[in-house]
Amino acid sequence: MVSVSSITRCHEVLMFEALREAMIEEMTLDPTVCMIGEDVGDYGGSYKVSKGLSEMFGDLRVLDTPIAENSFTGMGIGAAMKGLRPVVEGMNMGFLLLAYNQISNNCGMLPYTSGGQFKIPIVIRGPGGVGRQLGAEHSQRLESYFQSIPGIQMVACSTPYNAKGLLKAAIRSDNPVVLFEHVLLYNLKEKIPDEEYICCLEEAEMVRPGSQLTILTYSRMRYHVMQAVKTLVNKGYDPEVIDIRSLKPFDLHTIGNSIKKTHRVLIVEECMRTGGIGASLRSAIIDNFWDELDARPVCLSSQDVPTPYAATLEDATVVQPAQIVAAVEEICQ
Amino acid sequence: MQAVTREEALELYEDMILGRNFEDMCAQMYYRGKMFGFVHLYNGQEAVSTGFIKQLNQPDCVVSTYRDHVHALSKGVPARAVMAELFGKATGCCRGQGGSMHMFSEPHNLLGGFAFIGEGIPVATGAAFAAKYRHEVLKQSSPDGLDVTLAFFGDGTCNNGQFFECLNMAQLWKLPIIFVVENNLWAIGMSHLRSTSDPEIWKKGPAFGMPGVHVDGMDVLKVREVAKEAIDRARRGEGPTLVECETYRFRGHSLADPDELRRPDEKSHYAARDPITSLKKYIIEQNLASEAELKNIEKKIDDVVEEAVEFADASPLPPRSQLLENVFADPKGFGIGPDGKYRCEDPKFTQGTAQV
Repeated sequence: MVSVSSITRCHEVLMFEALREAMIEEMTLDPTVCMIGEDVGDYGGSYKVSKGLSEMFGDLRVLDTPIAENSFTGMGIGAAMKGLRPVVEGMNMGFLLLAYNQISNNCGMLPYTSGGQFKIPIVIRGPGGVGRQLGAEHSQRLESYFQSIPGIQMVACSTPYNAKGLLKAAIRSDNPVVLFEHVLLYNLKEKIPDEEYICCLEEAEMVRPGSQLTILTYSRMRYHVMQAVKTLVNKGYDPEVIDIRSLKPFDLHTIGNSIKKTHRVLIVEECMRTGGIGASLRSAIIDNFWDELDARPVCLSSQDVPTPYAATLEDATVVQPAQIVAAVEEICQ
Repeated sequence: MQAVTREEALELYEDMILGRNFEDMCAQMYYRGKMFGFVHLYNGQEAVSTGFIKQLNQPDCVVSTYRDHVHALSKGVPARAVMAELFGKATGCCRGQGGSMHMFSEPHNLLGGFAFIGEGIPVATGAAFAAKYRHEVLKQSSPDGLDVTLAFFGDGTCNNGQFFECLNMAQLWKLPIIFVVENNLWAIGMSHLRSTSDPEIWKKGPAFGMPGVHVDGMDVLKVREVAKEAIDRARRGEGPTLVECETYRFRGHSLADPDELRRPDEKSHYAARDPITSLKKYIIEQNLASEAELKNIEKKIDDVVEEAVEFADASPLPPRSQLLENVFADPKGFGIGPDGKYRCEDPKFTQGTAQV
């Protein structure tokens, strides 16, 4: 469990400030780290992640681009091949659908097709997920679509602590890493250490140790899960909650240890039922831990619908705490 | 034609002969079952590759398309490494993992080899951005000026979004890049005139604020002259140039293309403008070298290409254990297995399956 000791000096930050701190620290440490994206410079980023950075580092290191996702992502890839370490921001992750050609063919595959001659130490980050009535196109879960691309790593942050730690780790990684932030989590507040720290890209995070069943989740759904857990604990249940954090590859060690203890699994995700991270995770669990399971692994996902604008319909597309409670009760019968 | 020294002329001649002979050998090897998949040959377009790339220094970058064998050779990638790659051998420049459409060479700054048209142009733009960044942010300067990037692509690509997006960004930031259009009039079976509202591609440069130049791509000396000016501009930090080279491919789009749509009179028109024949004629007429010397060069190149085939033939196929190498620069990307160890630390990891 991530706990910050009372002896460690800390400061309170909002999620977007934590990401900003990561950017400033890494750009200060390594002059090849740069930012590329729409409105990252003068505007300071749509979600204020790069506020003030272009004044600090100049407008070549914090590059405001025209609206051309495929080309500026490809530009980041070419720059990475030639020694820079770009952080490409998708103003909304959904916009990176435009960059799919580059992310799949070049980011993912080029180290391989070049026979290992080139590395692509790029970070692609931005907000995704279902927000508050943002409409279907601004509410997408790109992790579903990108997960099959060989050669990339994908991580999802969920707290200011892991956001800063994962972004720093992603920047330092020689692999292309896609960091999924969530539109609704940027104002989360948390105390984080003053001292420098990094999170491991490949590790999951134990949120609540328990004995009765394993709940696997990530990003915003972590909070729906924890809300459900309050109710469940009151009813006498003892769930173990793990934030998987690493969407590709899965941390099968942390996940496996948990399943060996509890023998029951519930996955709670925001991806749509078809082809999401949950679908892959359930498959991996069946392959690796079949003998440990006492019940069918259950996956709660969003509905296979474009996210509607109307609030009541939007609420119905994503998994709500009441559904999580009901699912746990059923699995634990 | 522009004046050229004897040494320069012979270098140009040798490079074009290498390109032509290599591609002819590829056709032979393909039909003999040594080379597979989609193979796109460059015959007829040699003046563009030679005219441009022979002006570059080692730190300058070349980005190409699937028609990349000759760009690789002009940039200095050894013929044996390209041939072995085409044969799918472990000694290929990309360890057999790329193939015909994915030629890369880090020491020669050949940044690919791309199968989808247009997808290399942003990569080239990024290499040029990195050159400017090295100069302005990292304060690494060379007396030659900025390192230059050449992006090669065809007429079909000039209707694609990435082309326009990169023309814009390159000019916006005055990147040291030259967009070299190899307009051979055909995109597989689609004539340039049938697919392009305004077929004069060079005009699209000034629309973005950069010079647009049209050149006879069958004349290596004319290409060379235009190339030199564009490269010097880029080195001085004055930004990009769009160069449209009128050229022609003597063979079909690929070795699978029956090439039935192009008219015989069009083909013979360009065959008569074969860049190698033209240069040979020029060299003889200007007394830069004798027929015998040129024949020697041809013989030397014959040997180089033969040797490349022998090397490729004798080279081993990649072993099964190579399958998962190079997927990640850092193999920690394959993650942590159920036993708590990184999968890449397991000695059995590369022996087995592709499922991780």
